[in-house]
Amino acid sequence: MADTKTVAPKEGAFTRFWNWLTETQAWTSIFRHDMPTTDRNRVLVMLSNVFLHLHPVRLRKSGVRLRYTWCMGGLSFFLFLSLTLTGLLLMFYYRPTLEYAYTDIVGLREHVPLGIMREMHRWGAHAMVITVWLHMFRVFMTGSYKPPREFNWSVGVVMLVLTLLLSFTGYLLPWDQLAIWAITVGSNMARATPFLGHEGPGAALMTLGGVPLIHAADDARFALLGGTFVGEGALLRFYVLHCVGLPLGIAVLMAVHFWRVRKDGGISGPL
Amino acid sequence: MADETKPQGEIPTPPARPVAPPPRPPAAPGPDLSGRTTTVASQGGAAAKAATTGTATAAPSRAGAREADDTSPLLTRRAWIGLAWGAFSAASAAALAATGRFMFPNVLNEPPQQFKAGFPNEYGMGVDERWKEKFGIWLVRTPEDVDLHVSGFYAIVTVCTHLGCTPNYLAAENKFKCPCHGSGFRTSGINFEGPAPRPLERARVVLADDGQILVDKSKHYQRELGQWSDPEAFLKA
Repeated sequence: MADTKTVAPKEGAFTRFWNWLTETQAWTSIFRHDMPTTDRNRVLVMLSNVFLHLHPVRLRKSGVRLRYTWCMGGLSFFLFLSLTLTGLLLMFYYRPTLEYAYTDIVGLREHVPLGIMREMHRWGAHAMVITVWLHMFRVFMTGSYKPPREFNWSVGVVMLVLTLLLSFTGYLLPWDQLAIWAITVGSNMARATPFLGHEGPGAALMTLGGVPLIHAADDARFALLGGTFVGEGALLRFYVLHCVGLPLGIAVLMAVHFWRVRKDGGISGPL
Repeated sequence: MADETKPQGEIPTPPARPVAPPPRPPAAPGPDLSGRTTTVASQGGAAAKAATTGTATAAPSRAGAREADDTSPLLTRRAWIGLAWGAFSAASAAALAATGRFMFPNVLNEPPQQFKAGFPNEYGMGVDERWKEKFGIWLVRTPEDVDLHVSGFYAIVTVCTHLGCTPNYLAAENKFKCPCHGSGFRTSGINFEGPAPRPLERARVVLADDGQILVDKSKHYQRELGQWSDPEAFLKA
């Protein structure tokens, strides 16, 4: 009888390829940990990845109680990311000039493949305003603004204002009748600002050597519109504010807002 | 901040601190540099020497004088950094002011505020809409003005006093009606229905040198402030 030997089955081709791949210099330089099959490796995955390390490694059970947290804050952030991406794609086709603005918006529906980017952006904007309000409501109802979380609440209020301003500036960009008149009405309120608006109280007091400093072509409304009425100046200004200025501001505040939640022990933890 | 399930605050006690370094000998009091720059201070070595030798009894500690063998720094590190911070703050404030000024353009691509509207005999009685689209003005000729009770011209600015939309002139009903929220105005401009809180504004209207009507939108007249009685708010004709 021939000797029997125990031989391990030859590894499949894929397994051998995988073992080779995960030991190459390129792979081990990118991934400094093994597959997340042990607790230690699971922690390492979270910690060694810049995107994932913004999340906590572990969550309290209270953090996933949907009936308590509603997840509206997370939804708002997700919508913000989706709006950023759809907005970026819209920017490839939209030109913020009097001549092209309206035509380009129509073109995004008629000429661009799939033609849904503008609607996704618009619906996402409406949804984000709703989720932001619901988030604020939830935070209030669960008392999550109480000390030591008061500052985070204030940061959130400023973010609410920025979200509404983002909606306001974005509304002008299609340059249709709705847009022009809505922004006319909204910006006309700025001319009644005390001291800084040319129709507001105290504007007549702002003179320097007899020269009026605040008038129709030099007040807060003028700075907002870049002109005395809603025209090409307003369109370009609102475009820059909508695409760059306000998103930068709100992203900075988001960083502060999330940092504060992490520092206080994670989402919806008991005080 | 990776693990948020364990309670916070379990900080291990730090190792024992090293012993404090031995105390330095007390520093000599620095020179009094009030009102002096470093240039003056560096030149002041020779000048101070001359001053002190000239007035031998003068105390070296008087303001501005420096002892000949004083090796302490002209400006302490703290003073230098304070100077740097001051310069940085001033530069930042200037940059901020410049940014604010940047937002006010010097040139506007807008239609001119003044325009000539033709000769008075080109107009009949009533509201004329020929300049509404281009200049935002209704030129109205009336046999008797509501306040001045004379015949002539006035120019109504086509901006609703409620929230700024452009009203329409309804000739059949002889009134201005705003499509946004329904404000209604008489042909004089006086508001009588809807949410508008005050009458439409009038623009300055005078006779130019060549006899044409000159409308100047840079000056508005509001009735509720009594400005319709201004002679340039109404052109008698």
